[in-house]
Amino acid sequence: MTVEDLRELAEKEQARQAEYEHRILYCSSAGCVSSGCDAVKNELKKAIGELDLSKKCEMIGTGCLGLCGEGPLVFVSSGPTLYQHVDAAAARRIVEEHIGQGKKVKENEIDLNDPFFASQKKIVLENMGKINAESIEEYIAADGYEALAKALTEMIPEEVISEIRKAGLRGRGGAGYPTGLKWDIVRKGVADQKYVVCNADEGDPGAFMDRSVLEGDPHRVLEGMAIAGYAVGANQGFIYVRAEYPLAIDRLKTAIKQAERLGLLGNGIFESHFNFRIDIRIGAGAFVCGEETALLRSVMGRRGRPKVRPPYPSEKGLWDKPTVINNVETYANVAPILRNGSGWFAAIGTQKSPGTKVFAIAGNVKRPGLIEVPMGIALRKIIFDIGGGTPEGTKFKAAQAGGPSGGCIPTEHLDILVDYESLQTVGAMMGSGGMIVIDDTSNMVEVAKYFSEFCMDESCGKCIPCRVGTKHIYMMLDKIVKGEATENDFDLLKELCVMVKETSLCGLGQSAPNGVISTVRFFKDEYLSKLKKSAEGNTHLNESSSVPVVKEA
Amino acid sequence: MVQPEPKNHPSGDNRFKLLDRAITKYHASGDALIEILHVAQGIFGFLENDLMVYIANALKLPLSRVYGVATFYHFFRLKPQGEHTFVLCTGTACYVKGANEIQKSVEHHCGCKFGETTKDNKVSLISARCVGSCGLAPVAVLDDAVAGKLTTNEAVRRIQQWQEEKKEVAA
Repeated sequence: MTVEDLRELAEKEQARQAEYEHRILYCSSAGCVSSGCDAVKNELKKAIGELDLSKKCEMIGTGCLGLCGEGPLVFVSSGPTLYQHVDAAAARRIVEEHIGQGKKVKENEIDLNDPFFASQKKIVLENMGKINAESIEEYIAADGYEALAKALTEMIPEEVISEIRKAGLRGRGGAGYPTGLKWDIVRKGVADQKYVVCNADEGDPGAFMDRSVLEGDPHRVLEGMAIAGYAVGANQGFIYVRAEYPLAIDRLKTAIKQAERLGLLGNGIFESHFNFRIDIRIGAGAFVCGEETALLRSVMGRRGRPKVRPPYPSEKGLWDKPTVINNVETYANVAPILRNGSGWFAAIGTQKSPGTKVFAIAGNVKRPGLIEVPMGIALRKIIFDIGGGTPEGTKFKAAQAGGPSGGCIPTEHLDILVDYESLQTVGAMMGSGGMIVIDDTSNMVEVAKYFSEFCMDESCGKCIPCRVGTKHIYMMLDKIVKGEATENDFDLLKELCVMVKETSLCGLGQSAPNGVISTVRFFKDEYLSKLKKSAEGNTHLNESSSVPVVKEA
Repeated sequence: MVQPEPKNHPSGDNRFKLLDRAITKYHASGDALIEILHVAQGIFGFLENDLMVYIANALKLPLSRVYGVATFYHFFRLKPQGEHTFVLCTGTACYVKGANEIQKSVEHHCGCKFGETTKDNKVSLISARCVGSCGLAPVAVLDDAVAGKLTTNEAVRRIQQWQEEKKEVAA
């Protein structure tokens, strides 16, 4: 395939789409599949067939439309109109009334001027609700693979890296390391073989951004990886996906086959000397594999145990070769940056954290779903304008950002601007983008206990502070929840948290106490109220019980 | 332990042919251990000791490596599953939406804990970290079908349905 072929294909596909007056896009992402979008799809198909409207409209499955709690969702391009809670009957009405008679189905319509949509800025999710998730032609028609073509035919690898550096793209997996810098280190490494790895082991509970991108727009990730491969001089890529995401795995497999068929992956891409292959590696359920060194070991078929850095994967990664490892969302940003220029990207968001961030909002919130906002937006705006606030009758208490490793942000910090640095000042972190809203029906000590249980279970057991420390944090919290703890235990808990944080080997252990530390910081009263009871009531408590064990640890 | 030959398993079990095909596809490479264990579990349902010995031989890996990997990852099962599986998501969103209540009632109803199978071997209770359908929390996966916005009653009712279905068939 040449660049001309690509453009011809894009024009052909655009012309094909233009023949239809309406495009009906039903959300085929995991959330809506669970809400029953298959029945909707069948009914739409049947109705279109019966009313003989197949020349007037086409029906396609698209990526996540965002409002996962209101699914199944259907989007009709003419109008444009978004319908919520679509069941079989509503699906038939959409075809009969909207397509057939040009009248919107008011009962199911969602106002697209709602702040949920208006406050968003879509780069990573730009194709959601626009293209068929399983069609490479539609991706190409939406300027897909244009950036890869540009990189291979007009730019040298150094220029690609300099463009990414100028854009200021930072790792979207949570740590925010500058992507261009990472690529540059790998490019400068001397080795006969280099690798590009995509971290799609989205282990944070409450996070489903990467899943939605892989399910709705897999080619965007493949294109980003291929560009990374060209920039650093690698010819082999791996995508490490969680086994819990079967639909994402299927879509990726399809996408890789399609790209290979058109010669967009494989040998001599765009008639250059650049070869690039991508293989899928399926995870097997271990949270620690989200840590990059653990993930790389898992790709090589080993137990996913982290190792000491340095050397970093960019120097010694897979099979000890220089390896670029980035998150799904990071790769998804690469093609738009090359297509639109680094200046365009750098102008979005804040100076230190340019671009946008995809968040998955869930928990006690009216409108859970997938959103993409510019960096530097106020947290209040995300939770109240976009998420609609907490359900009727309850009060907002905290937003939990960054998964089990993150922290809880209380009401008084709601006006914080969301970027990598500001979130850290309140003890939370960007993380991969999971945002759980907690209302006053939850007790924060129990929330902290929940997170510490998670970290305890998921500790790989290699280093002692994490293996033993997380266990004891859990046991102490359990004691507090049961009302059996004294102030002494509480002090010990705080001390232990600091120790685990400072002495653990990898990110899992270093961030495992964050949930406790941040709830102790902002919700100390809830802890103290549980302690008081014990101080008055249980005088027989064996206060020293946990002390010697901790010393041992 | 009997050393099985790669091409013709002494048990005459044809499923080993499928496994061999996968092993060949990955060039019997030890680096592909996790992929091969996925295939093996897909074919056999769970990873029996003999099966792990077979894989270790085929990939020329120490058995400890195979066993070590199989026990490290939650996804691999070393025991057979019940006829139905009830996978409860225990992710954060599901937690704040009351997944632990569902867990308690389901455990009470089945008389066994999560991670176990009911005595009649009908339902396996499994807890998952996060199935990524947080918008629909609380969520459970019932025999590969995701059920969102689940209530305690609904969860127990679905399990009861499975148990009764079987009784009817038996009768």
